[in-house]
Amino acid sequence: MVTGLFNYWIVVILMMAGLYIVMSSGHLVKKIIGLNIFQTSVFIFFISMGKVSGGTAPILKDGISVFSNPLPHVLILTAIVVGVATTALGLAISVRIYEAYGTVEEDEISDMDKENRQRETSVSTVVLDKQ
Amino acid sequence: MNHTLIYASFLTPLIGGALLVLLRKNENIRDAVSIITATILFGIVLCLYPTILAGNTPSVTLAEPIQGLGLTFTVEPLGLLFATVASGLWILTTIYAIGYMRGANEPNQSRFFLCFAISIAAAIGIAFAGNLLTLFVFYEMLTLATYPLVTHKGNEDARRGGKLYLGILMCTSIGLLLFAVLWTFQLTGTLDFRAGGILQGNVSPTVALILMTLFAFGTGKAALMPFHRWLPAAMVAPTPVSALLHAVAVVKAGVFTILKVVIYIFGIDLVAETGAGNIALWVATFTLVAASIIALTKDNLKARLAYSTVGQLSYVVVGAMLANAAGIVGAAMQIATHAMGKITLFFCAGAIYVATKKTEISDMRGLGYKMPFTFGAFFIGAFSIIGLPPMAGSWAKWHLMMGSIDASQWVIVAALLLSSLLNIAYLIPVAARAFYMSPEQAVNPGRTVIEEAPLFCVVPLCLTAAGCILLFIFGDALDHLIGLIPLTRAAP
Amino acid sequence: MIEQLPAIQLLLTLLAAPICSMLRNGDQSWRLATLVSWASVAVAGALLHQVWDGNEISYHMGGWPPPWGIEVVVDELTAIVLLLVTLFGALVMTALRESLSTIMRHQRQSLYYTSFLLCMASLIGITLTGDAFNVFVFLEISSLATYTLIARGRDRRALTAAFRYLIMGTIGATFILIAIGFMYMLTGTLNMADLAERLPEHRDSRVLHASFAFFTVGIALKIALFPLHYWLPNAYTYAPKATTAFLAATATKVSLYVMIRFVFDVYGVEFSFQQMQLGTLLVPLSLAGILIASLTAIFQSDAKRLLAWSSVAQLGYMSLGIGLLNLNGLTASITHMFNHAMMKAGLFLALATMIYRVQSSQLTSLAGIGRTMPLTTGAFTVLGIGLIGVPFTAGFISKWYLITGALDKGWLPVAVLLIASSLMAIVYIGKMIDVMYFKPAPEEFSNVREAPMSMLIPCWIFALLTLYFGLDTRITAGLAGRVAANLLGAS
Repeated sequence: MVTGLFNYWIVVILMMAGLYIVMSSGHLVKKIIGLNIFQTSVFIFFISMGKVSGGTAPILKDGISVFSNPLPHVLILTAIVVGVATTALGLAISVRIYEAYGTVEEDEISDMDKENRQRETSVSTVVLDKQ
Repeated sequence: MNHTLIYASFLTPLIGGALLVLLRKNENIRDAVSIITATILFGIVLCLYPTILAGNTPSVTLAEPIQGLGLTFTVEPLGLLFATVASGLWILTTIYAIGYMRGANEPNQSRFFLCFAISIAAAIGIAFAGNLLTLFVFYEMLTLATYPLVTHKGNEDARRGGKLYLGILMCTSIGLLLFAVLWTFQLTGTLDFRAGGILQGNVSPTVALILMTLFAFGTGKAALMPFHRWLPAAMVAPTPVSALLHAVAVVKAGVFTILKVVIYIFGIDLVAETGAGNIALWVATFTLVAASIIALTKDNLKARLAYSTVGQLSYVVVGAMLANAAGIVGAAMQIATHAMGKITLFFCAGAIYVATKKTEISDMRGLGYKMPFTFGAFFIGAFSIIGLPPMAGSWAKWHLMMGSIDASQWVIVAALLLSSLLNIAYLIPVAARAFYMSPEQAVNPGRTVIEEAPLFCVVPLCLTAAGCILLFIFGDALDHLIGLIPLTRAAP
Repeated sequence: MIEQLPAIQLLLTLLAAPICSMLRNGDQSWRLATLVSWASVAVAGALLHQVWDGNEISYHMGGWPPPWGIEVVVDELTAIVLLLVTLFGALVMTALRESLSTIMRHQRQSLYYTSFLLCMASLIGITLTGDAFNVFVFLEISSLATYTLIARGRDRRALTAAFRYLIMGTIGATFILIAIGFMYMLTGTLNMADLAERLPEHRDSRVLHASFAFFTVGIALKIALFPLHYWLPNAYTYAPKATTAFLAATATKVSLYVMIRFVFDVYGVEFSFQQMQLGTLLVPLSLAGILIASLTAIFQSDAKRLLAWSSVAQLGYMSLGIGLLNLNGLTASITHMFNHAMMKAGLFLALATMIYRVQSSQLTSLAGIGRTMPLTTGAFTVLGIGLIGVPFTAGFISKWYLITGALDKGWLPVAVLLIASSLMAIVYIGKMIDVMYFKPAPEEFSNVREAPMSMLIPCWIFALLTLYFGLDTRITAGLAGRVAANLLGAS
């Protein structure tokens, strides 16, 4: 049971680890790392799915009759590209956040935003009072 | 031809409104546009009479977005009566408003006349609505269009009044009226106004009772207690607004809605059989007396008139809920005659304000000598409201009395009598006191000069006062029109 | 030519995007982008015309027949969503130039239009494709484009909003990918029509149950269904001006379309609603979302945030309609998808137009704008009235069907709650309109001018459409009714 579904156990562990990092970490870059681990687990899941036991790579050659399903590989190539793009964009935004806030810790950022907001609302109440 | 007339009746005030905004640079032209538009509208409404008197009910459907629910206009006798009252009095009110607004130097006059025009368009829409949904839309449009008028002064008071006004009218209409409309649709699959009603055979007595109560309270514009507070609150508006909208268009739209619902949705037979109107009937009876008593305690003339309106509206509701021929006739007549009487009174109140800046009744002692026309008209209007012959109001009161006797509702007969007495008590002293000497006049008799309000104000109020008498004389014409309202299901 | 229309629909915007990025001149790329988006509208119109009688177009990409090739399927539901995306996208695009000219340099503008076109192209792709994996890919492309669009907002909080959305969106999309993986595992196909055929035999398989669960959560994140709406208010609030209009109109609606497609067509009505009890999940959550979001909207002091919360509430209407699972409810969902896209896009656009002049979305700075910008405020008012659901405006139609749907089920309390939520809509829209017309304008904005024509005209087109679709419902409710009957009948 454990050995037979070894890949899937790994998938589950990686997925949970990734999600946990995304949720628990306040560091934006760490969040992206978590996200990556999470996505990778799904990639492994797809690849494992396509594996046919005893099969080789899907190459047209004499003597090869049992081969793994190539479609999941193709799909995952696409998914990896998408994942890379997401990571790149996420990192780019983190850099911009660092430039704008001077930090990539989520708690500090939300504190700064809260102050900002309080200032905005206090300004608007002052204006309202004037009226 | 009739279709064009129906479209025209609704579009004329809107086009007029747009024109007067475009021409706002020149006051005189702008105000001329207002008067001309009003006159054209009245003409159009009058043109519809031959068809209706011949017994037809022309109808147009503009669009039907949902099966069975169209934007439909249908002209029938009751709606035509309401439209005539609203459009006819609009002419006079416009003339009066021009005098008043200029006399009182009010700001934002263009916006004022624009909203006024939209309100009238909405009132016409209500009058000619061919189904409940169309009526509902114009009902809301009227609320929204009158809101800027109520808050016209723009000060804290006006805004507070406006909030109450909008709050009560919107909450009741959406919370209760819309719900009743939806329920009706769910029960019957249609919302068309049909002779003899559409609910017959579709409801149990309990449901009918609940529905009718929802309709009666949901129509906040009918000012049944406890949803009457918006009406006194709306008195912060300039007087022409109070006159036309809160004595004629808005409140009459409310009671008109209730009448329409009783006649064309429930059908009076159903109401009479199931007693669906009972709750509304007794609340209205209570309102009738209570509002008159409150009116007695008010010293501000407009507030007193407002409470008087609350009371008088309940006459219509009572008439409708009695659900017999005499009651309906009385209710319909009350719409027309009370409009004529109450607008006279409001015109007078406004004229007094423009001429003397006085709003409290106790300050008006002796004014009768300065403003004999105004107070003379006030007397006539007051008599009409009370229901004394030879004023128009007497017909309405007479039919209502007959209606309650027919229904053997002796308590209501008593309440009507009591209310008439109270009417005398709160209206007559206003005018009578004005003809008492004020202290300074007592010292210097004979030195009083006539100082009436501007001509633009005085002429309309004299005309409406005359109208009160004319409606009495031509009461049978009114009777004939109302007699055309189909009260029972048409024979198949 | 005619039979190539589905491909053209997708390729127009997809190919224009890279060209746009190569243009140095912002105005030029705006011209190209606008032209292309209006051309897409024409194609969408032609497609709608073709499927009007209930025909279904099946187009094989590259001539490969399914299930090997990628199939593009256009039916009535597809056509209506295509029209939604292209038409409202094109209208916003038209207004975009003036809006952007004040905040971006020329070259940046070109890149911005590129993202915009990419987003539009991928939304079209999601709508068109008949392949489950393609849905995921296009969903990710559209999301990536959206993140960049949001991150371009002037406020630095736009960055955090975009980042948050990125995290949530990626998790959502990956969940959907997992769901698709499970389905593939069971059936060995990714073609949606094939899946629909083969899935029923696995209805008791736990794999399919897991797949459904992953899909539901993933797509709910994308739609911003309560309580997974957490990313939406910030994203809408800080996205640059007119962009919000586009996002509010399209992104969540297309996700909703994906949900309808999968739940009804791929998984099948019986499986989704009887076995998995999706309705029991959707109805209470939607109701809670409607009420809580409406209530939150009432207390906002920022106009954009207020409208964003209102969006969360309105999305609740749509999911509620799905949860009702009857003809009227589903008709309401699809109709509201279109109507709400139109009204909310219009509202955000009108708001963007005002912000273009006063440079702030705080309600206090919008005070008295009804006098300085009467035409824009007029359009805003009409659209607001539509959103409230006043009869004979578009908003009424969808609400009417929804309430009728609830009553058909005999759920009176739901109908009552819906009316209550309309009251709340009156309060928050009324609050804005009250401020705009009746509060005195702050001094610094007392001589603001009316907006430029290129922004004003799209606003009014939205407003007039709101009125038009309140009276003529052949395209909206009429079509939606047929679609709903098909979806329900397919079970």
